[in-house]
Amino acid sequence: MISAAQATGTETMPVAITIGGERFFADVTGALWHPGHQALLVADLHLEKGSSYARSGQLVPPFDTIATLSRLAAAATRWRARSIFVLGDAFHDAFAEERIADEAVAAIDALAAGRRLVWIKGNHDPAPPEQVPGDRADEVRLGDLVLRHEPRKALEGAEIAGHLHPVARVATRAQVVRRRCFVHDERRLLLPAFGAYAGGISVRLPVIAELFSMPSVHVLGERRVLSIARDRIV
Amino acid sequence: MCVIPVDSFPDESLPEPFAAWFAARGWSVRPHQSTLLQKARLNRSALLIAPTGAGKTLAGFLPSLVDLAGGRRRHAGVHTLYVSPLKALAVDIARNLEVPVAEMGLAVRIETRTGDTPASRRQRQRRDPPDILLTTPEQVALLIASADAPHLFGAVKRIIIDEAHALAPIKRGDLLALGLERLKRIAPGVTLTGLSATVRDPDDLARWLGGATTPADCVIADRKSAAAPDIRILETDERLPWAGHTARHAMDAIYRTLKRSKLSLIFVNTRMQAEFVFQLLWAINDDNLRIALHHGSLDVGQRRRVEAAMAAGSLDAVVCTSTLDLGIDWGDVDLVIHVGAPKGASRLLQRIGRSNHRLDEPSRALLVPANRFEVLECRAAIDAANAGAQDAEVIRAGGLDVLAQHVLGMAVAAPFDADALYAEVTCAAPYATLARGDFDAIVDYVATGGYALKSYERFARIRRTKDALWRVSNPAIAQGYRMNVGTIVEEPMLKVRLGRARSTGLGPTGPISRGGRVLGEVEEYFVEQLTYGDTFVFAGEVLRFEAIVENEAVVSRASASDPKVPSYMGGKFPLSTHLAERVRAMLADRTAWSGLPEQVAAWLALQADASLLPARADMLVETFPRGARHYLVAYPFEGRLAHQTLGMLLTRRLERARLKPLGFVASDYAIAVWGAEDMSRAAWREPAFIGDLFSQDMLGDDLEEWLAESSLMKRTFRKAAVIAGMIERRHPGMEKKTRQVSMSSDLIYDVLRRHQPDHILLKAARADAATGLLDLARLAQMLSRIRGRIIHKPLDRVSPLAVPVMLEIGREAVYGEAADALLEEAADDLVAEAMGHDFGRAGHRD
Repeated sequence: MISAAQATGTETMPVAITIGGERFFADVTGALWHPGHQALLVADLHLEKGSSYARSGQLVPPFDTIATLSRLAAAATRWRARSIFVLGDAFHDAFAEERIADEAVAAIDALAAGRRLVWIKGNHDPAPPEQVPGDRADEVRLGDLVLRHEPRKALEGAEIAGHLHPVARVATRAQVVRRRCFVHDERRLLLPAFGAYAGGISVRLPVIAELFSMPSVHVLGERRVLSIARDRIV
Repeated sequence: MCVIPVDSFPDESLPEPFAAWFAARGWSVRPHQSTLLQKARLNRSALLIAPTGAGKTLAGFLPSLVDLAGGRRRHAGVHTLYVSPLKALAVDIARNLEVPVAEMGLAVRIETRTGDTPASRRQRQRRDPPDILLTTPEQVALLIASADAPHLFGAVKRIIIDEAHALAPIKRGDLLALGLERLKRIAPGVTLTGLSATVRDPDDLARWLGGATTPADCVIADRKSAAAPDIRILETDERLPWAGHTARHAMDAIYRTLKRSKLSLIFVNTRMQAEFVFQLLWAINDDNLRIALHHGSLDVGQRRRVEAAMAAGSLDAVVCTSTLDLGIDWGDVDLVIHVGAPKGASRLLQRIGRSNHRLDEPSRALLVPANRFEVLECRAAIDAANAGAQDAEVIRAGGLDVLAQHVLGMAVAAPFDADALYAEVTCAAPYATLARGDFDAIVDYVATGGYALKSYERFARIRRTKDALWRVSNPAIAQGYRMNVGTIVEEPMLKVRLGRARSTGLGPTGPISRGGRVLGEVEEYFVEQLTYGDTFVFAGEVLRFEAIVENEAVVSRASASDPKVPSYMGGKFPLSTHLAERVRAMLADRTAWSGLPEQVAAWLALQADASLLPARADMLVETFPRGARHYLVAYPFEGRLAHQTLGMLLTRRLERARLKPLGFVASDYAIAVWGAEDMSRAAWREPAFIGDLFSQDMLGDDLEEWLAESSLMKRTFRKAAVIAGMIERRHPGMEKKTRQVSMSSDLIYDVLRRHQPDHILLKAARADAATGLLDLARLAQMLSRIRGRIIHKPLDRVSPLAVPVMLEIGREAVYGEAADALLEEAADDLVAEAMGHDFGRAGHRD
């Protein structure tokens, strides 16, 4: 097994997070690593979001799917992941399967090769295309921890979820800098959106803020994950 | 040069009933009106350059009215097309035109067509076109993008373009120029008439109007009879401020001047300044003068009411920004006041030209410098105006994003042949130098997005048919095109609502009570940079920013009277190159100082003693310590925008040189950078240090890195993406967008830069950056100009000349470090806290 420091390629200790008694490491790509199960967790890939706009005549750059999958493959390689859990909104809409390029399907095949790939699907998520490999599930249990797409308002136990695309606006010395982030307390963690075209909303908005009491926030910098004090988040 | 002196032509005699109509009004035909009649008779296109009040509009329309006097059969199509940049102007002109038509009993049908024209009338206009159609550039683009364009315009004899000087230099003018080329092919016999204010290079404008190789004839109205304008600088015994832009010190004097004039226009450079000045004047309005406000953030209805009141003579003064520049008749304006420097000689002359329609009396203008540097700028502007010297127009080629919109429009009109369309668009002056490769890239972009990844063939917007013509794929594409025509891209706005914050775990702005009313709208990019507690001026009040909640900016009323965020938030126009040269010359020439107020001359003399004043062609760089910091102040005089870009790049270079820059501030004249390390010592140790700092290679890697994250560049890209149709403004069947569902152009920019950096839209955006918000072209010119001409003066304290820009610190400071470095610093705080000591807190937002 690889050490967290080796996997993140930094000399400083990567950010460690404990939820529901399980230990994780935050990766600079927005993925979450579980050393115990050698599992990589990501959420909200929104594959084929670019092409969904193309359908309606807005020809935005089509590179998002391949870019997102490449980034995921690189992280999975770095950590030597045995499993990959995708916590919902993996595909932007129900017609993604008609639009997805062969190269992208091949990339997903490569991700699944020699690994357990699990697509967790929320209630309103489009199902992954038929031709795509991997298990499908509504939720996954990791000990006392549940992995699901949408966070539960009334939470029992602990959960890791996606869906909300958390972003932190950080008041630095000079200006407000906006970055995707992990936000969590001891019972609940929200993953940042992993997809190249996935936007985000501020962790200060009620829809996110009311899920937590005294949460910690870790933003995705260029080279590493950075923990930011609460009073710097505006 | 194509100038034809007007008196060298014989009087083109007016036919009846026109001669009688002129005589009945006591008018005689002016030479330029006569000349335009002759040009029309000879089927020659003409550009008329004349001041307001010289019967310009009538000159433009006389040939058409004469043509149409004999009557005309119905359903013949439009005879004369008039295009104006403003809806209100088109409507106004149409109303004025009805007067001679009615009085002479001519059978001429005149109609307008704008965004406000009801759909039923628009449909009827296509079936049964009027003789004279008055409209806007966007409507022209829509009308030619349809299969019945030949029916509508096949018989057009004349096209009149009003305010041509305002349209030609901008993207709106690019689109119109392309449209005119299409109209020339639909109606081969057409002649063009341009109506313009005075410009420096009439030839360029004549080419824009007539075509790259077929320029119009210039007709310059005789100005000999017009009295020279009376332009003064406000004299005051008050102490001139060192910095700032509100001219608070001069309000009493301005008020006294208002009382002595019939109707004054008080121009300022930014909306926030307009709000400030408006408030300050009302605070001392003891005589109950009727003072109004006019700027871009006020709603359109309000602006129209102010304009109507101006025309009706029921106002005494209007505080306004450049939104009033293009407009209907200013009525009886007899005094133009500029608070703050006018930024350009041409702008000043044009505004003076619009006021005072009596050519025999001098137009009056009063310049009110808000600080000492502005005195120099105002003086330079007066000298330039008196010499009749104009600013050079910034040269830009036609936008590629505009071309993309036009190409799609032409496909909507009818299937096109690429070779023929290329030949057509290159006849338009802005696209005369368009490379075939770029044209093909644009067609490819319109078709499938122009991506190296060929994933969008099935979504192609246009496709090549068997006969090799490009054809629109389906009606939805045409509908999407029609809903998104135009080159005006609004910044995304947020409503500003009163409310109050309550605390939750994530800090003071958890669930927010938003019971209050909406105060107005403000740009999203402005709000995005605010942090909780920042105060700013809006809608005449000082507000505190609380949070962004559901696409609204929630604010509360602040008790502070001085907002933290400065009022001078990005004026539209930087100091022009022409005025900058004059100011540099003034500084270098002691004998010119006698014309300056005593306070200013004394200040410059002090500078000569304490430091030095650079020669005209040199650039001065001073370095000095102050407090715990070290400063580098340079005086490039290239305008705020170019200096802002320069500051971004300089701070990165200083970072690399390990000089720990902490921030910079830029004004129109100077830039001040400060840091933790001694820059005088760095220069002493390494003689080439300052020269290297300002070397042209900063426009290489440093620039590229910065452009990747520059918010100004992203805003520039967004506009190009919208104009080119990559992102639609409006969309058939568009549902209400939430922030998560809509596609951010910033994300597109990032992905495109990474995966296809040579994409044609990035090229378009870079071209815009050269002359727009980033002013890259101007910066490049400056770096070239000062090479080997930098004079470094190390000092042991701040110089007199540096005081103005130093005072901007804290008001307007900007920081050049990469966002990531700032984040790392912010993260260190938490570590320090956890470890129990306070390192890394290097001045939280000083």
